[in-house]
Order: sequence, then C-alpha cells, then structure tokens
Amino acid sequence: MQYTKQEYLKYLEQKSPNSPLWKDTIFAFLFGGGICTIGQFFLNLYQNTFSMDSEMARTAVSITMIFLGALLTGLDIYCKLAKYAGAGTLVPITGFANAIVSPAIEFKKEGLVLGLASKMFVIAGPVLVYGITASAGVGLIYFIIKQLGG
Amino acid sequence: MQYLNAFWVGGLICAIAQILIDKTKLTPARILVLFVVTGTVLGGLGLYEPIVNFAGAGATVPIVGFGNVLAQGAIKGVDEQGFLGILTGGARAAAGGITASIVFGFLMALFFKPKIKS
Repeated sequence: MQYTKQEYLKYLEQKSPNSPLWKDTIFAFLFGGGICTIGQFFLNLYQNTFSMDSEMARTAVSITMIFLGALLTGLDIYCKLAKYAGAGTLVPITGFANAIVSPAIEFKKEGLVLGLASKMFVIAGPVLVYGITASAGVGLIYFIIKQLGG
Repeated sequence: MQYLNAFWVGGLICAIAQILIDKTKLTPARILVLFVVTGTVLGGLGLYEPIVNFAGAGATVPIVGFGNVLAQGAIKGVDEQGFLGILTGGARAAAGGITASIVFGFLMALFFKPKIKS
C-alpha cells in the first residue's frame, strides 16, 4: 500500500503513543525544583558560611552547579535522570553543562580540536550567540535611553 | 521558606519548558535559546530581579537566570564604561559561568570515555 507523505504523518500520529503531558510536566516540575533547591542550599552556604555578597554567591552557585552537571554527565548519570526529568534537567544551568559535555565526549574520537573542542558548542554556542547578542541589545537600548534622559 | 520558593519557582520554569516541548515540538536547543533570550529581555526590563529576590536559586539556576545576569551586566557595563559597556558588560558578568562551562566541560570530556549506548 502506498502512502502519501501526509497520510504517512497522520498514520504516525495515530500509532505513536500520546505524549503523557501531565506526567512529563509533573516530573519536569519535581526534578527542576529539586535541582534549584540544591542550588538554594549552596546559595545559603556561600552567603552565610562564606559571607559572600549576593552577586558573588550567585556566580559561585552557577559555577558549582555547572561543575556538578558536567561531572554527572561524565559519570553517565545525568542522561539517565534526563530520561524521566525532561525539561527538569534541561533548563537548570546543569543542563547547559550537560549540553556541553555530552557531545564533547561523544565526538572525542574525531580529535581534540575538531571533535571534542568543536562539538562542545553544538548547543552551548547558539545559547551564547543569542544570549550575548541580546545582552548587547539591552546595553544599547539602555545607553540610548540614558543619553536621551540626560 | 527560601527552599520552598526556590523549589516551586524553579520547578514551574522547568514545567513551562516541558509543556512547550510536548506541545510545540521545539527542540531542547531551541528551548535553551528561547529561555536565555527571555531572561535577557526580562532582565533588561528589570522584571526578573524581583523574581530572583523572591525565589533565590529557583530563579538564578534555570538558564533564564543566565540571561538575566547578561542583561544586568550590560546595564552595569553602560553605567560604568558608557558606550563600551554595551559590549563588555554582559560577558563580563557571565564570565564565571562561561569559563566554568568551558573548563569543566573540557576536563570532563577529556577524562571520561564515551558510554556504549544500549
């Protein structure tokens, strides 16, 4: 039997299991919330025990979470969590670390320059491109407003 | 209370991303880009700091918080360096996170071997 592309897509839609939206969302909520709670623990630790100011403590928390995300990715634990957590492990900064380490390890065999180092930025690259460009936009608008406002 | 607010706000941000993934077929990479830019815009408008003050790590740990750091940095940069700050402020404020990602990412990738996919 011949399918047109549209018929085939419709067929696929029927056969593929309904994505359990509520289950996915609750898992994402719980895992994401859990990761942020761990972050809050470090934030309190850095502010209270190491008496950092809030800006320093925030940076230190990001660095800590990035380290943990990178380590758990290397140990092959993070992707197992991600299977259940979905966006709950993607959106926290640990997921950014995961997006760097995971392709870097996978493409290591293609060399240290064009494999590992280059593939590190497959996902992180776009995030930095759009994030930093947007920040320059914010800076420019703020600069203009400041000039106009005196 | 701090922990509770961090938990539910952080969880909520991730839940929004999950709904977007399930409903719109946006890829994870696009979600990350969308969220970081959203954070930068909200940060530039001064709308994200109140959330950070309320939720602490619940607002700073999600990638949206990274966008906010970039925006706050750009504003601070302009305040301190004028026009030059447009280009120096964002990356300077985010330098710790960016450098940690690169250094830890590089070291972990060197040290660990690829796992065989089952």
